[in-house]
Amino acid sequence: MAMEPNLLKYIWKHSRSDQIFILMVILASMPTYFLSLELPKRIVNGPIQGVGFENPGDVATFLRTSLPIPEWIYSGPPIVIFPGFELERVAFLMALSFSFLALVTINGLFKLYINTFKGRMGERLLRRLRFELFDRVLRYPMSRFRRTKASEVASMIKDEVEPMGEFIGDAYTMPLFEGGQAATALLFIFLQNVWLGLLTVVIIAFQAWLIPILRRPIIKLGKQRQVEARRLAGRLGEVVDGISDMHVNDTSNLERADISSNLGRLFFIRFELFQRKFSVKFLNNFLLLFLQFLFYALGGYLAVRGTIDIGQLVAVIAAFKDLPGPVRGLINWDQKRLVVNARYTQVVEQFAADDLMESKLQVTAEEPVGRIGKGFEIANLVVKDDTGSTLIEKATADIGRDEQLAIVGPVGGGAAEFAQVLARLTPPTAGRVVLDERDINELPENYTGRRMAYIDSNPYFPEGAILECLTYVLKNQPVRAVERDPSAASEYRKFIYEARRADNSDLDIDAEWIDYGALGIESDEQLMEQVREVLQFVGMEDEIRSYGLRGTIDPETHPELCEQLVEARSAFRSRLKELKFDAFVEPFEPDTYNNQSTIGENLLFGTAIAPAFEPNQLSSNALVRTILREEGLEDVLFEMGKEVASTTVELFGDLSSDNPFFDQLNYMEPEDIPEYRVALARIGEAKVADVAPADQELILRLPFAYTEAKNRLGLLDDGMKARIVEMRGKLREALSDLETAPVAFYDPEQYNRAASVLDNVLLGRVASNVAEGPERVFEAISNLLGEMGLTDEIFAIGLEFNVGTGGKRLSESQRQKLHLARALLKKPDILIVNQALNTLDARNQKSLLEAVLDRAKADEYGGFGVIWVPMNPALSQAFERVLLFKDGELVADDTPSNLSKDNETYRALLDG
Amino acid sequence: MATLMEEVDLLRRVPLFAGIDPGKLKLLAFASERLSYDNGQNLFRQGEVGESAYVIMGGKADVIVETGDGEIPVAELKENAFIGEIAILCDVPRTATVRAKSELEVLKVKKEHFLGLIADFPELGVEVMRELASRLSKTTSELSDARREIDALREAG
Repeated sequence: MAMEPNLLKYIWKHSRSDQIFILMVILASMPTYFLSLELPKRIVNGPIQGVGFENPGDVATFLRTSLPIPEWIYSGPPIVIFPGFELERVAFLMALSFSFLALVTINGLFKLYINTFKGRMGERLLRRLRFELFDRVLRYPMSRFRRTKASEVASMIKDEVEPMGEFIGDAYTMPLFEGGQAATALLFIFLQNVWLGLLTVVIIAFQAWLIPILRRPIIKLGKQRQVEARRLAGRLGEVVDGISDMHVNDTSNLERADISSNLGRLFFIRFELFQRKFSVKFLNNFLLLFLQFLFYALGGYLAVRGTIDIGQLVAVIAAFKDLPGPVRGLINWDQKRLVVNARYTQVVEQFAADDLMESKLQVTAEEPVGRIGKGFEIANLVVKDDTGSTLIEKATADIGRDEQLAIVGPVGGGAAEFAQVLARLTPPTAGRVVLDERDINELPENYTGRRMAYIDSNPYFPEGAILECLTYVLKNQPVRAVERDPSAASEYRKFIYEARRADNSDLDIDAEWIDYGALGIESDEQLMEQVREVLQFVGMEDEIRSYGLRGTIDPETHPELCEQLVEARSAFRSRLKELKFDAFVEPFEPDTYNNQSTIGENLLFGTAIAPAFEPNQLSSNALVRTILREEGLEDVLFEMGKEVASTTVELFGDLSSDNPFFDQLNYMEPEDIPEYRVALARIGEAKVADVAPADQELILRLPFAYTEAKNRLGLLDDGMKARIVEMRGKLREALSDLETAPVAFYDPEQYNRAASVLDNVLLGRVASNVAEGPERVFEAISNLLGEMGLTDEIFAIGLEFNVGTGGKRLSESQRQKLHLARALLKKPDILIVNQALNTLDARNQKSLLEAVLDRAKADEYGGFGVIWVPMNPALSQAFERVLLFKDGELVADDTPSNLSKDNETYRALLDG
Repeated sequence: MATLMEEVDLLRRVPLFAGIDPGKLKLLAFASERLSYDNGQNLFRQGEVGESAYVIMGGKADVIVETGDGEIPVAELKENAFIGEIAILCDVPRTATVRAKSELEVLKVKKEHFLGLIADFPELGVEVMRELASRLSKTTSELSDARREIDALREAG
């Protein structure tokens, strides 16, 4: 169960055959490697310098091969395997050079293969390690998550194990390889002179003894760095999760100080780490160089005294030149091993847990999971929290599958914990909880997790569409393989092969995971029908539909729907009069000025796709300005801008910028007023062409943001409106020449992909001066689409609404309702509701509860049991049976009517 | 489309605003929303939290008190009337419902704008006090009349 605490052993265990294989390959690459080192010397000495070619017509033998047996074993004539060719000087040069080319190529290919192989081996092991850690998280006991920070887990699995990947490839090959080289060099030195050999051994042994001692603090620091870095990740995650608390309590500076001190500790740890690392490096180099000094001084002395001959000394020094590389390599490897192993141990310790859930409890089901038959039998249940205080004391009860049971009690009485035990979220400390004759904690999750549903007040939804949030609970295991074309299928085979190599999950994420058979349905339409039904049940149907109306769709994937929406647009327009909307709904017409829009919007007449065409950017958009100038409109708009500016400065000039009157000022920021005052004085009567470009932009910004209907300064007459509409056409013409359209124009005949469904049907503006105008339009359009039979389509678009991280784009009560909806979607045999729905108002809570109880009895939904811990104990009166907990004890188990007759505690609860 | 200047003219006809500097009224008009209501639409309902007061620019509205037994209309408001000021002056829920009796044009004055104006123009505050006091004296005399009637009915019954 426990993970291997030593990284090297872990690596060996999971890549033994690969490691041996690559070692063989490395050994096999050695001969060519040494030959490629040897050849240049022979090329220079032989054909180039002419040794052996002193006389014209001399030849050399190429490729003569004899068995390489050292002289001290066998000293007879060489045993020739291949006699070779006789070549003259130039041919011999060419032959040797081409051999060199061949050798370095083979050598390079060996290197490429070895590195690729090592890299892949490392990546596989890294993948295995990460997956193993994640798998452990999935099998942690629930209680552990009270002390585990999500971002720390993420940081460990993602970042902390990363450097191990690089090390894994070198873990075994490097020491053998470098060690072998070092040993050879050492042996050579020994053979030349025993004393010099001993000297080398002494110094290297000293090094081998000293360096680990010096490294011990480095390892310790490395661990500290890892813990601090992880704490940083954990704290960052906490700050982001609790960002609202930071704002409402003015604790931003506390957080700053905390993170800063964290960073500070990290800085000093890292700095000391560097210092020590470099001192160790210095010492290492020094010792090796000191050895060299000894060779020169001592060896030289011996040579001068004649104890050894010069030739030997030169050979020793040459051999010694080869020693530092491998020794340094070994030292580096060792350093890396220590650091990575320390990291590994740190991570493994964090993920160690002796009470992990057995993996067999989380396997996929071989056959369809049967329904729950009998129900719960709870005997002498005791639950204690991690401090040892008792939450539930000796509770005994049987709960049948189809019962409607409420569990109530004063806060902290044990009711909520009891429900958690039934849902397997809290393990019993003593006693037994049996479901259908089997201990609940020995049942596979594919039984309890599919046949029971549990909801509490803390729903969490990962980011995604509403539909995905709902169907999440149906995706227990792949039920139907996805069909792939041959090339995709072979890609996929490779993908799965790799997954298996690293002991990862080989379930296909792209397969169909929803078991239609288990839901009693056959098609996607029927699934949508069920989704709709549960959403309607929890009262979210209208909300989803309004998300649909406010959502956007792509005309390419929904061509038919978009066409229908364009039809709806003309139907809506023809109804404006009948609905009495004609006074306040102004459709966008290509040839008419829209009074409810700004001048800028009227010019653009579309939704900007490129940022430079956003309405507030038009005054600095070169293309727009050029057209304005050509049409002679720039002057007019400039004068209008001056008028707006001077009126605004006059109105607001002496107000401080926090005055509430400013909230209706939509075309200028309060703090810009002084700037405009100065600009107006500077510009005076000057025409647009005569002022600085900055002033031009400053002033022209105002008319573009001006709406006559809202701002009411009386600046636009019909003539001016007509000119703007004319200019709109010119701009459109100019933009149509561009390659990519920067603006999606309003076109009564076309669907606008940048706008919402609602805006597409409306394709116009609702006047701001009509009470409840937008609401009435929304309702009318919604009705219209209903009449056109588009309700389902709109609903489906609404289901694509992205709920945001953690479901934060939904309100809390929406999240709770969604949580209930999805619990019902999976058609459980037992539904456990633990103080959920607490953000709904009392009336809605009650009606939803009653609806659930009715539904539980209806055959249509299979009939299921309900175990409910209501926030309001009075709601327990709707149930058949009540378990009453007080101070951890199950004090009563009876019908609510009996309890309200003769149980004081229950009556007190009801009176609240 | 009505312009700001027309609205300022209308505001000046409201007794409460008669003494206010036109510049400030223009600002008030600028900062206030112009709203139209259909016949029968509610401006606000009794018991709601009030965030704004209204000046009627055109049309008529009913002031209605909702009781357990139904709705009792208590007054009719016309052009230039200033309504809803009690809720924004003393943070009490709306004391009555106001409903459009015809097509209605109003200027919606936000609480903070109105209070800001009073702070700037004490004479506006005095004007508001005078208006409220006269309403109080009217209500008081109506109340004593009503008591007298009830007493008379009791004696008779």
